[in-house]
Amino acid sequence: MGEERKSFRNTIVLIVGLLVFWQLMYFVVGDVAMRSPWQTMRSTVELARTDWFWLHVDNTMRAFAAALVIAIVLGLLIGFALGLHRLSAEAMEPMLVALYSIPKITLYPIILLVFGLGMSAKVAFGAIHGIIPVALFTLSAVRSTRPIFVKTGRVLKLSKPAMVRSILFPAAVPEIFTGLRVGFSLTLIGTVLGEMFASQYGLGHLLMNAIGLYNVEVIMSVTFLLVVFAAIVNGILLAIDRRLHFRA
Amino acid sequence: MRRATLYQIAVVVGFVLLLEALCLGGVIDKITMPPPHRIAIDFVNLMLTGKLYPEIGKSLANVLLAFALAYVIGIATGTALHGFKTVRETLDPLFATYYAIPIFAFYPLFIIIFGLGDGPQVLIGFLLGVVAVIVTILNGLDRVPRVLRKTALISRLGPFETAMHVTLPFCAPYLLTAAKLALAYAFIGVIGSEFIMARNGMGYEIGFAYTNFDNATMYPLIVLILLLSVILNGILTHWEKLLLARRGQH
Repeated sequence: MGEERKSFRNTIVLIVGLLVFWQLMYFVVGDVAMRSPWQTMRSTVELARTDWFWLHVDNTMRAFAAALVIAIVLGLLIGFALGLHRLSAEAMEPMLVALYSIPKITLYPIILLVFGLGMSAKVAFGAIHGIIPVALFTLSAVRSTRPIFVKTGRVLKLSKPAMVRSILFPAAVPEIFTGLRVGFSLTLIGTVLGEMFASQYGLGHLLMNAIGLYNVEVIMSVTFLLVVFAAIVNGILLAIDRRLHFRA
Repeated sequence: MRRATLYQIAVVVGFVLLLEALCLGGVIDKITMPPPHRIAIDFVNLMLTGKLYPEIGKSLANVLLAFALAYVIGIATGTALHGFKTVRETLDPLFATYYAIPIFAFYPLFIIIFGLGDGPQVLIGFLLGVVAVIVTILNGLDRVPRVLRKTALISRLGPFETAMHVTLPFCAPYLLTAAKLALAYAFIGVIGSEFIMARNGMGYEIGFAYTNFDNATMYPLIVLILLLSVILNGILTHWEKLLLARRGQH
């Protein structure tokens, strides 16, 4: 497995490189606005000892989990519904791409007006970030299923649900998984963004609060934790993703 | 007209009519959202008074700056990186993970470092876009046929000239894709940051109007941003299609 060892080595080199860059930035910017990697690790550990911090983490994670479930379920439904119908797929794909590229953050006030301040607004905001990539990847996966699979299904006289369950879905799994991976990241970003703008709890709120209080330690620690969390989960998903694509 | 285009128009019109019906029927109350025709009237009024033009101009200037920086630096970095296989392989995990990282989470940090001004906003737009440009350019350069590179060698072109006259022109469709991504990310980055915390700009005005229940300003502004990003995206997509069609790759 030379390939795997190589990518492992690259990751290590990269992490070391980023830490060096961070330390150098710290030397340039100074104590006014930054903390060094070592100081950040220490303040992160300190932060992790407090109860209120976990309250915020818990809040963010619950909102994120709910948003992710909604994004995946709706994204898959939309993707399959459009992908099964040729004209719909052709017409809706560019529209979904256009939706994907708009700054969804401008929709946040509308979501707040509809859902009110609190958990449901955050969940909705996270979900709208995740739905579109999941739907887009599912749609294109369903459309690009090898025709011979679909024909086999027709020969076997499968009903539509049976066709989705035993042919289209298994054939589309690798692509769909890529969609889930992208959806995962975007939902996390959406949830935290939602908290930054209007929320009383959560890591996003903690960040905004820390700007107000000029609390550099908290800003560095929370940013650090978010980045590490996103990077680790994405790394795991990416590994599974590559394996699925390799098998297919 | 193509059937797909008719379908698209039907979806948009249907959606607007549905909103109109829901608003007039009282399912969506007036404080949440005025009916679409009201938003259209407010939109025209807002544009006629022109009181928000400075804000709009300021946001668009920042979007443009973030886009230009991400695009130029992205292309230069991508082109340079293509020659160094080891560096590229080392950076691969970064490129693969980059878009999983909530870049907006760095905004508070940038505000503390650079102060609350245009700098952090442009930087966020730039950071969001630049990696997409690099990855797209690398992807395009990978597809340049060997024969073109050899021709450049025979003509004794230096690395810079090869890039300017041979490899980058070959990558024209990828350059357009990169422009599309950089523009979308510049919009998201700048407007998003203004929205989170800023002193002026369109995103800020939307947040301000929201806190003041000023739907007559908020909805037209949101519509304006959506229209701008959809139209610009549409123009670039159309251009991209033309290029691909000319090359017989579609």
